[in-house]
Amino acid sequence: MKCQYCSNPATVHMTDCVDSQKKELHLCQRCAEQHQMVKKQELNLPVIVQNLIGQHLGPHSDELARLTCPACGIKYMEFRAQGRLGCPHDYIVFRGGLAPLLQRIHRSERHVGKTPHRSVLPPEQQAERVELRRRLQSAIDREAYEEAAHLRDLLRRKEATDESG
Amino acid sequence: MNLDSLTHTSGEWLRGSGPESDIVISSRIRLARNLAAFPFTNRSSPGQKAEIEALLRDRVAKLDLEPKLGYVNVPTLSSLDRQFLVERQLISRELAAAEGPRGVALGPQETVSLMINEEDHLRLQVMRSGFTLDEAWQEIDRVDDALEQRVTYAFSEEFGYLTACPTNVGTGMRASVMLHLPALEYTKQIEKVFRALQKINLAVRGLYGEGSRASGHFYQISNQVTLGKSETTILNEIHSVIPQIITYERQARTSWLRDNRQGLQDKIARAHGTLCSATMMTSEETMELLSYVRLGINLHLIEDITIPTVNELFIHTQPAHLQKLMGASLDGEERNAARARYLRTRLREAGASPN
Repeated sequence: MKCQYCSNPATVHMTDCVDSQKKELHLCQRCAEQHQMVKKQELNLPVIVQNLIGQHLGPHSDELARLTCPACGIKYMEFRAQGRLGCPHDYIVFRGGLAPLLQRIHRSERHVGKTPHRSVLPPEQQAERVELRRRLQSAIDREAYEEAAHLRDLLRRKEATDESG
Repeated sequence: MNLDSLTHTSGEWLRGSGPESDIVISSRIRLARNLAAFPFTNRSSPGQKAEIEALLRDRVAKLDLEPKLGYVNVPTLSSLDRQFLVERQLISRELAAAEGPRGVALGPQETVSLMINEEDHLRLQVMRSGFTLDEAWQEIDRVDDALEQRVTYAFSEEFGYLTACPTNVGTGMRASVMLHLPALEYTKQIEKVFRALQKINLAVRGLYGEGSRASGHFYQISNQVTLGKSETTILNEIHSVIPQIITYERQARTSWLRDNRQGLQDKIARAHGTLCSATMMTSEETMELLSYVRLGINLHLIEDITIPTVNELFIHTQPAHLQKLMGASLDGEERNAARARYLRTRLREAGASPN
């Protein structure tokens, strides 16, 4: 049986009673969700993102699968599983995997619209801050307090320059 | 900030005024923003989340907004109070359910809400009654500009505002309009509307957003695309489609009245009568019946209840609101009894008790 809204196979079948009038519906999961006929499965968005990513892994999948963000440490495959990126720098590191995904979701790969009035932190500096924070966290976790103190100082100095700049 | 003071009131967005407010309940815009120098919330350690929360809380407090925003530290709230804020649409279900340091800054009229450590570090929201997207945009744009002076946002020329989920990247903006469409639903034309909206990439959701069914015949229509279109373009697209839906709903109401006036009158009177005299009432049934009462007021078939009263009842009869109003924790059955009692009292106060 085909979905009543599109031609995909219908997997959701239901009978709705409104004002004692019976209404039968045969829909595919996607249409059913879109029309609020079924509760979206928990964490549905990541699942969609995950499927979208999966469909576009293509021939580059091995290459992409090996990628890890040097700033926040997230692996491409972790992003794929969770549907959430780890830090702003991932947009650059995972560009190859994200471009087809963005194209599919937004039909665009380039921002148009509001831009901060203040000059923004250059991408490499954003990445550096996130990486310093990750190293700081790891030093704290290892109880390497001297290293942690040093990293914290370094971060503070860098952030002081941002604020004055 | 004391939440109990909010219990007996309702937010500006339920005022039931503003353009097209017989059909458009409210207009809402949300912006997703992140700090440039931190990992996204899901990748942050508890210590980093605490740092983000402290930093944003401080910057928000320093905003030159009049009147000032109050701050609510979400982890210290009971689960009832968290649910209460979700029902008022002041925080998302995600923020209520999340873990670790997080909070929300709220304007006194509940039009502005700034969530900290949601899926993104910062989620700005402005909500107003009626079809008022432009006003909502002006207000949120102003708050965003003011914040941007004090924090460094994660932004790239190429991808715009960088967000934890690629579905929000670019403008980070989700604009939505909440509509009350009982006649389109009754005449089953609503599906045609959905299909048309789908074609132009607009999403339709229920009253409480993602995953909620459209109870009470309320529908939220919002943009899906956030990258490659400017805020103005996105708002214009929504702006051009809503008046058409409003026209369809009005036409459906008119033809329903013309073709079956008695049937419709009876439906509305029965809904009203049930609300005034039932002794057990589920949340679902309440939504359905209040929806018909709301329609009845707009069609001048019910005279002695006002739209703000009905709008308020939709929210006050939700589980957390009800329990806070009663000042007691109630299980499902007790809630159904308390809800019916509350509805009877409020509708009788409105001079609406049928004899």
